[in-house]
Order: sequence, then structure tokens, then C-alpha cells
Amino acid sequence: MNARTADLSIGRREFLKVSLTAGGALLLVPALTRRAFAADAPPGAPANPLGIYVRIQPDNRVVIGARCPEIGQGVKTSLPMILAEELDVSWSQVDVEQLPLGVDFKPGSPPAWRWGPQGAGGSTSIPDAWADLRQVGAQGRWLMRAAAAKRWNCDIAEVSTDAGVALHREGRRANYGELIADAATLQLPAEPLALKTPAEYRIVGRPQRVVDATDIVTGRARYGLDVREPGALVAVIARCPYFDGDIESFDDSAAKRVPGVRAVVVVPGPKPGEPIVANLATGIAVVADDTWSAMKGRDALQVKWRQGPHAAESSASLDAQCAKLLAGKGRVVRNDGDFDAARASARRVIEARYRVPFVSHCPLEPQNAFVHVQKDRARVVAPVQMPGGAARAVAAVTGISREFIQVEMTRVGGGFGRRLTSDYVAEAALVSKLTGHPIRLVWTREDDLQHDFYRPFGHHHLTAALDEGGRVTGWTQRLASTSKHYRRADAKPDEMWMPELYPDDFPARLVPNLRVEWLEVQAGIPRGSWRAPAHTANAFVIQSFLDEVAHATKRDPLALRLAMLGEDREFDYGQHGGPKFNTGRLRAVLQKVAQEIGWGRKLPRGRGLGLAAHFTFGGYAAHAMEVEVTRDGELRFHRVVCAVDVGQPVNPLGIEAQMQGGTIDGLSTAFSLETTIEGGRVLQRNFGDYPLLRMAQAPDRIEVHIIPSNVSPSGCGEMGIPTAAPALTNAIFAACGVRLRNLPIREQLREAVRKA
Amino acid sequence: MAIRFTLNGAARSFDGDATMPVLWYLRDHAQLTGTKYGCGAGLCGACTVLVDGQATRACVLPVGSLEGRSVMTIEGLGSQGLHPVQKAWIEEDVAQCGYCQAGQILAAVDLLARVPDPKREDIESITNLCRCGTYVRVRRAIERAARELRAGKA
Repeated sequence: MNARTADLSIGRREFLKVSLTAGGALLLVPALTRRAFAADAPPGAPANPLGIYVRIQPDNRVVIGARCPEIGQGVKTSLPMILAEELDVSWSQVDVEQLPLGVDFKPGSPPAWRWGPQGAGGSTSIPDAWADLRQVGAQGRWLMRAAAAKRWNCDIAEVSTDAGVALHREGRRANYGELIADAATLQLPAEPLALKTPAEYRIVGRPQRVVDATDIVTGRARYGLDVREPGALVAVIARCPYFDGDIESFDDSAAKRVPGVRAVVVVPGPKPGEPIVANLATGIAVVADDTWSAMKGRDALQVKWRQGPHAAESSASLDAQCAKLLAGKGRVVRNDGDFDAARASARRVIEARYRVPFVSHCPLEPQNAFVHVQKDRARVVAPVQMPGGAARAVAAVTGISREFIQVEMTRVGGGFGRRLTSDYVAEAALVSKLTGHPIRLVWTREDDLQHDFYRPFGHHHLTAALDEGGRVTGWTQRLASTSKHYRRADAKPDEMWMPELYPDDFPARLVPNLRVEWLEVQAGIPRGSWRAPAHTANAFVIQSFLDEVAHATKRDPLALRLAMLGEDREFDYGQHGGPKFNTGRLRAVLQKVAQEIGWGRKLPRGRGLGLAAHFTFGGYAAHAMEVEVTRDGELRFHRVVCAVDVGQPVNPLGIEAQMQGGTIDGLSTAFSLETTIEGGRVLQRNFGDYPLLRMAQAPDRIEVHIIPSNVSPSGCGEMGIPTAAPALTNAIFAACGVRLRNLPIREQLREAVRKA
Repeated sequence: MAIRFTLNGAARSFDGDATMPVLWYLRDHAQLTGTKYGCGAGLCGACTVLVDGQATRACVLPVGSLEGRSVMTIEGLGSQGLHPVQKAWIEEDVAQCGYCQAGQILAAVDLLARVPDPKREDIESITNLCRCGTYVRVRRAIERAARELRAGKA
């Protein structure tokens, strides 16, 4: 998620290509400067023209192509808003269409993005597109003004625009739709055009509803599972539940007798230890006329699984491994000053150990894909976060060149990082190849919970050294964890720590003696990117530990944080979300939530306030909560407040949604979610033992405060999660004196209150 | 023997496997894909439909049990102009990924038919899961739809 490569640069002259379609619409295919995901960019990251698709129609409708997958993060609405703003059209005249994967393969040059990078990860869609989409819009607007000036035989300076209409200062008007034939003959200036000032914004910064809302509420929106293609058969796969296990033996005779079942085929998985570039596990596919027959066929399979090399792995064995590792020395990934000396001369040393469990992504739409593999080509229609990765996965299992693999994106029923990998697309391709049929692969919920790339697990040991004045002079974070870079083809052994610890995170540079260490836990359970990856773990432990330090030294947790942040400054931030981290922006969100919740006020017995703040992928967020812990150890939310600074807000309604949803995701996960392991397999099977928060348990209101800003925007899909858990556990401590250091908390809280 | 029932106002019959859950009948045989699969165990509510007006989890209801009954799916709810609940859902901009929303809307339609002025605990009796965490706006949309429906009847 955080791996990004160098800029793809192109000459300014190539910025926008203008043409007329056969139907008389004006097509703007701009060439853009792009950054791309390392894992998903075409090889070589070429300096080729890239573009986005805009169509101005004779009826004055404007169609804007949505290039990134829509997984619920709202980019199908927010990215077109950015373009429409500078094009100076009215939002109501805009239609949005989802684009397919666009990669151009030209002989003699490396593959190139046709419409710009297409992915949903790392909260990058908006920051990647901001400058480019505005320039594209501005160039489209210039074309409209120039075409009008030509028609009216006047200087372009005399032509302004308003809501899709070109206006002459003496009163003449022309809709954009009337001007497209003239516009298509014009040459754009080579220089970048002036952009609107924030005061001129009419779309950006104003609340806009989800563009697909009507389709969603009427059931017409098409998700992956809704794809219906002629001749397609349904496949359901029985996968080996053991990590790196295999098929010992199986009997499919009863399965084949189920009416509607057409075929049973073995789907080979990756070899133990080898990189995972396609599907995740070995399995047996049952292919049938419809979903129910395929499921019944799978139930009728008699399979004996071989356990494989991780049969002894369990949650307990991994906890023991962490404890053993933390007794030794780890790899030092940041080392400022001299922590040991600071510790030796400290007036007081505070230590605590935290545990963050594996969790599943669990998008509500289970994994699925439609794939039709033919002799020399393939077609994919699927819910994916990385359509380029889907093409690679199909190429890996079929040998078909990516040039001949077509990938169409549906709306996606949740991503959360699960669909950054396209293992399920590879499976559908394998089954299609093996059976010769177009295949609709369907995963059940059990399949989804048992076969995931789980959020990594780890034990964090934190130590703070304090001087006589209570100032933090030394700080260590020592983490033993399973790296997220699980069997990646490009993973280097000495970089496995990089997705687990971000060494420039708070409190780096704010504590003179600071050391960060990583220890690698060996495990067979697959891991991957889970919304806001390591920020969920690190914000929890750092923001919890700060509270512990504050309470141990009888300081106010807000005051301690503000004192550590100190003067407003900007530091280099080398990890994803940089290049700078601004202490003042973090301070501002912290102070905002403190002020809104009434920090420091007296509360009835059993209630408490907690807060936390964190910098995630370029955005600054803070939470403050007022909770009540009942005598039975039950939790009630009285107030939940968050503040976020993502720079210039693009769609405030979308930002509010992401922050509310991120808060609930953070609370839900912290409260009761854990993926546990026994005998080398995952135990959870469905929502009964993986209990997402329901409405009755969730806060009934979540107040979102967006910090006004005109700084270039960051994304907003991941900022709402990291601070939710520590704000909650800090509030619980304030309410009842119970410090919860292990996630999830539900059972521990009940037990602790019962004992107290 | 064919099973006879009403689907979105039209008479239907089905003579296939009577143990097939209504969910898969709707999605694979009636080609109505607005009803979603989420868990197959009646736990998440993504497959909620109205059976004789009552919110029901279609993933655990055999199609054979529909004999003589009336089923309404999300496609049927919006067939004659948007229902006030659907309008409220758009107005409050509830959806994120949108996958659970058809089920949430039908659960709300059932609730408001029984309880025109729902209190907090009435709204919280809806147990449909939303992985995106849209619950805050779900509540607001239900409250808005309740006001609209009451005003419409007044």
C-alpha cells in the first residue's frame, strides 16, 4: 500500500489531447504526470502520455471517467468533482462512468497507463490526482473560452465561464455543448494554465452525495457477484484450511451426482515457501449451473487434507514466540541519541507491553470474480482494488500476455485492503482454463474468514525514561511481529520490518534518545495490508503508552502530548504520507477534539474521557470519547468526537462518512475482533465468531470536525481508524481505572470489572 | 410440484430444488441481484427481503416455504418511484460501498410499517451489519423517513 515509485514525467505540450468522437462529442484525453504503485505500475514506469477521459457532449452533458476502483471510499464522486471544478461546469450536468483497466502496450516501449494509475490503496487517489485533474479541467475550460472567442471574434480575455456556459462580457452566451466542434480544432497553450483560487470553488469543498446513490438504493448498482454473462457456470472451491497444506485424498463421486454439478477440478495452490503471485491455497473446485448446486456439490465432497509444515502453529505458540524474541535483541531501525544512557540516568522508567491480534478484512461482499479464459485472451469482470494486479494474476496462471487480458471493474462491496491481492481472480482464471467455461467464482463467508491476508499480529514493548521534571528523555518501541510482506515476490529479507514500523512516526525527533527495534515472528498464516496498515497497531500502542506515562506521573494526558509536540515545526517524514510531518497540524486536531468534548470537565462516576491523535498517510486525525463502563463491564458511548485535517477538503460529506465509518471500523475491531489460530488453521468461520459491531453497540452519533485548509489534499480513507482504539481504551481507563493493553478488549473488560 | 408465490407483485412459480434458499433463487433464477449474499447463515442481513411485509433473511429461507406468500425485493420497492425510505437514504447520503444497503432499507421499511414513530431502541432492533460503518447515517435516514411517512399520512 505504501510502496510508490518515482514520478512519471511527460512534457507539458502533451498535457491534453483533443478530439471529436463519431457521435460529435468532444473527447479530452489528457497526458498527465503520474506517480504509480510499485506493485501495480507497468514495468519500467515509462515516460509515456497518460490520461483521463472526459467527454463533453452536444447536449451539454459532461461525462467524466472514474479510473480508480470504488470500494466505498467515495473516489467515484470526489475525483470527478476536482475535474469538474476547474472545467467550471455545474455538478448536476456531470455523469460519471467507471473506466476499465487501461494499460497501453506499444511495440518497442514499456506498457503505460492509459488513464493514469488505477488502484485503491494507501489513501493515494486524491493526492495523486489533485494537481493533474485540476489542470485537465482548466485546459478544458480554456478550450471552451477559446472556441467562444473564435466564434464571437473577440479576445479570449473577454470570455468567462459559469456552470458549463461560456459568457461574453457584453452578454453573449454559449453552452459548452455548442462549442465542441470549434474546440476540437484548437491548439492548447504549452504552458500550464492558471487554476481557480479556493475562493472561486463551487464544487470542491462543498458537500456532494455519492454519485451512484440512486442505483444503490434501488438495487441496480452492479457489484462483482451481480455479474451475469452468457454461458457462465458457478464455481465454489473447497480450499485446504491448513496453511500450506495439501490434498491427501478426495472422493468426488457424491458431488458429481448433485443435480446441476458439471465438473469437479483440482486447483493447485502455491508451493510451500514460494512467493504467492496467484491463488492462495490448494483446493477442489465444484462447477455447476447455479450457486446453490455448486455449494451442495462442495458439501458432498469427501476430502482428507494434509496439514503441511505449520500444523503446530497456534495463537498461543505465536504469543510464546513473541515473548522469547522480546527477551533478546532486535534489529534497530531508528536510533537517536543514547537511550541506554538516558535510561541509566532517568529518575523514573515506565514500561508496558501491548498485543495487537491478527484480524480479517471481511468485506461484506465476499471474494468473487467472473473470468473467461480463451485460447489467447481472457476477460475479467470483478471487484478489485488493483485491476493491474488482477491482469497479472490471470497472466501468471494462464500464460496469456497482459496485452490480451481485459479487466472491467464493478462497484466493490468493501475493500479494506483485502482486494489489493487478486488471488480469487487467479482462482477463477484457473477454473475457467481447466474447464473451458466462463466462470463466476463465489466465495462463501467461511471461505473469506478462513483464507485471507490477515492484518499482522505483534507484541510491542514500550519504555519511557523520565527526568526529575517528568520530561520524557528516552523512548523505545520494540516490536515482535509477523511482517505484512508475506511471501511477496519482491520482498527483501532486510526490508521485512518496513511495513511494521514507521520510524518517523511520533514521537521521533521529539524525544532526544529514541530507539525503535523490530524482531521477526515466523508464521505460516498469510498476512497483508489491512486499512491503514501498521498505523492501527502503532497508534494504539503509542497513544496508549503516552496515557500511561501521563497517569503514572500525574500529568494531564492532553498537556503531556502538547508539551511533547512543543512549538509548531515541520519534520521530514520518509515513509508513505510524507515528505513532511507538521507538529502544528497534529496539535490542532488534538486541541479541536479536546475543546469539543470539554476536556477536563468533571464526570459522573463510571464515566471517563480519552483522546488520541495520529498522522496517517498525509492526514492528521484525533479522537476524543466519553464512555461509561457499567458495573457489569459493559461499555456505553456518550460522545465520540473526531477532528481531521486532510488539507483542502474535496467532499466534506465524503470526509465525514470516511471518518464516521473509520471510527466504527476502529471501535469494532478493537472491541471484539480477532482471528485466532489452532493446529495451523484459522478458527473463525462466520459472523457468529467474528462479531462485527452492530448498530445497537455503535455510537449513535459521531461528530466530525474538518479543519479548514487550502493545503494540497491527502486522501481520507484510512485516517479515521488508528486513533479510535486508543481514544477508547484511554477513556475506559479514565472511567474505571482498567488499562487494556491487549486487543480486542471486550472479554478482558468484563473480566477486569468483575474482579474489581 | 411447483411452488407458487408472488414476487414484486407478479405471480411466479418454481419447480426446482425446494430446499434452495430464496436468496439464490432470486439471484440465479429470477435474475434479481439487488438482494445480496453476505454470510449464508442469517447473521448479517445483506439478503433481507420482505415476505408478506416482514423483513426476512432470504439466505436461510427455503424457496419451498414461499408457497402462497408474497415476496418483495429492493427492485420491487422502487418500481413505482422511490419509496420514502429510499429517498431518505439518498438524502442522508448513507451508502459507502453500498453492498448492505438494500437489506438495511428493507429492514427499515418493515420497522416503519410496524412502528411509525420509532424510538432509539426500535431502530437498534435492526441487526443488519454494515462493514463500512454507516450506522450513524442509517439512524438519521430512518428518522427522516419516519417523519416523511408520518407527514404523508397526516
